[in-house]
Amino acid sequence: MNAYSSTAAGANTQAKTDAAVPGEDAQAVNRSTLRLPNDRWKALEIAFWLLPVASYFFFPDYLVLISQIMIIGLFAMSLDLILGYAGIVSLGHAAFFGLGAYTAGLLSVHGWGEPISGLFAAAIVAGIFGFIVSFLVIRGQDLARLMVTLGIGLMLFEAANKAAFITGGVDGLSGMVMAPLFGTFEFDLYGKTAFWYSFAVLFILFVVMRRVVNSPFGLSLRGIREGGRRMPAIGANVDRRLVAVFTLGAAVAGIAGALLAQTTQFVGLDVLGFPRSAELLIMLVLGGTGRLYGALVGAAVFMIAQDKISGFDPTYWQFYIGLLLVLIVLFARGGILGGLEKIVATFKRKEAP
Amino acid sequence: MTMTLRTEALCKQWGGFKANTDISLGFEPGARHALIGPNGAGKTTFINLLTGGFPPSSGKVFLGDEDITKLAQHERVKRGMTRTFQINTLFAGMTVLESVMLAICERRGLQKVWWKTVANHADVVEEAMALLATLKLTKEANSITRSMAYGKQRLVEIALALATQPKILLLDEPAAGIPSLESQELFEVIAGLPRDVTVLFIEHDMGLVFRFADRITVLVGGKVLTEGTPAEIAADPRVKEVYLGEAEHA
Repeated sequence: MNAYSSTAAGANTQAKTDAAVPGEDAQAVNRSTLRLPNDRWKALEIAFWLLPVASYFFFPDYLVLISQIMIIGLFAMSLDLILGYAGIVSLGHAAFFGLGAYTAGLLSVHGWGEPISGLFAAAIVAGIFGFIVSFLVIRGQDLARLMVTLGIGLMLFEAANKAAFITGGVDGLSGMVMAPLFGTFEFDLYGKTAFWYSFAVLFILFVVMRRVVNSPFGLSLRGIREGGRRMPAIGANVDRRLVAVFTLGAAVAGIAGALLAQTTQFVGLDVLGFPRSAELLIMLVLGGTGRLYGALVGAAVFMIAQDKISGFDPTYWQFYIGLLLVLIVLFARGGILGGLEKIVATFKRKEAP
Repeated sequence: MTMTLRTEALCKQWGGFKANTDISLGFEPGARHALIGPNGAGKTTFINLLTGGFPPSSGKVFLGDEDITKLAQHERVKRGMTRTFQINTLFAGMTVLESVMLAICERRGLQKVWWKTVANHADVVEEAMALLATLKLTKEANSITRSMAYGKQRLVEIALALATQPKILLLDEPAAGIPSLESQELFEVIAGLPRDVTVLFIEHDMGLVFRFADRITVLVGGKVLTEGTPAEIAADPRVKEVYLGEAEHA
């Protein structure tokens, strides 16, 4: 027992009447009513994860789209780690996605078609690059960070463009040959293997990240976002924490990129492009930052809207995305999920006066 | 006796403005040391120099025998020096319990733990709840910091500082902006801290200063005017002049 909690109230005459022993008063509060970050599964969450499984059976024609939603959802989740939790704004997150995609693509083109080790390689390459870049990113404040990440994204894009002898340049990297998953499941034309592969990778990484954001590490990230100035005063090395989360975010983005490369067996220069970074930010804000699920919902809404709206208005479909974005930011702060949460909270308050 | 904290000719200057000039002070273990002086005397600047909020223009800071002048703020906290802020600097969107647990996790080196949820750190929860109980914040454990009454937020300021278990605690106007009855209670909590904790506090309410301090330093114009026991300070004509002078201007 530390000296503080046992003696601090000792001289406080008021406290003596209120609570003779500090611990006693504390005991009076039911521990189970304390709201603390945990990762127990709720029914709604299980239902959420059954959606893609159900869609496999009900929308067999859309397997490719659903797989891409899951992959981009994973990518958006990696941005949520650094933006939604640690509060680092980035407009260049595609750099890590693209690095991962090219890593997996090049491995496969040069004869290493085993998918899972390809994911690990992509994570390592993107993670190392993210680690290096993070030292530049943490130096500035919001606008500087936006520009640094944007600049790095642009540089990497043009480097890949120039290095056409490695990357295939604007023609893209073709000739990827993927080995069967676990040596058994061939990547089929219908995208069934790709679907389950993407689902499994997304789910596993989601479970890991969910634990991360609810851990003391995740709490300290929220601390940086909520009160960055206070963090050093409670003994936190903010820079080191930001480097860690940026590296982690980059590695996960790399895995998402590798997944896209492996499941489509092609890497186009657009994986590194600025639009990819910008759209990612839109998806995340749309869905809601700082809650992981927002990334998945945002990716799904954005990509389904893109698919559907571009069906009846192929040229101007972004108009509606823009409109949705403005409405969400103005009227549902916290994105789609934040808005829903508010509605549910209002109803609950009405029920229990 | 080795001082808990000591400064050597500490200076801070912004352009031509000298905020702190040649401040050499020592704080004994267990002292309840008040830092007083009119507005703009450089009190908060001095606290910032001690904690590493910004670097001094010249001079040194020693914690025990160690020269900590070049250490970053968080490294000084790790060595046992913690501060609170004149204007609440809290984790606005987090609950009180989460905030305190955050500080405890930092102290215990648990901030690297990513594989176990916060809720599953039962010992940290217990320590945090015990600390909240001593500050009578138990009922507010689940409250979001930004939605709390101002006086309660001042207590959270102190809770965060205590969670780091400092050897020396620097309080920058802990009772600023709260009613006098509440500030009395707040100072009673401070007075009740373990005797081996050195407390340095800035306070404008002379009633509180003379009741709770055993040493007082008077800063005027960035310089030390005088230092002594409350009795000595009360009898010092220069101090009276400073405060009466200020009163005349007001």
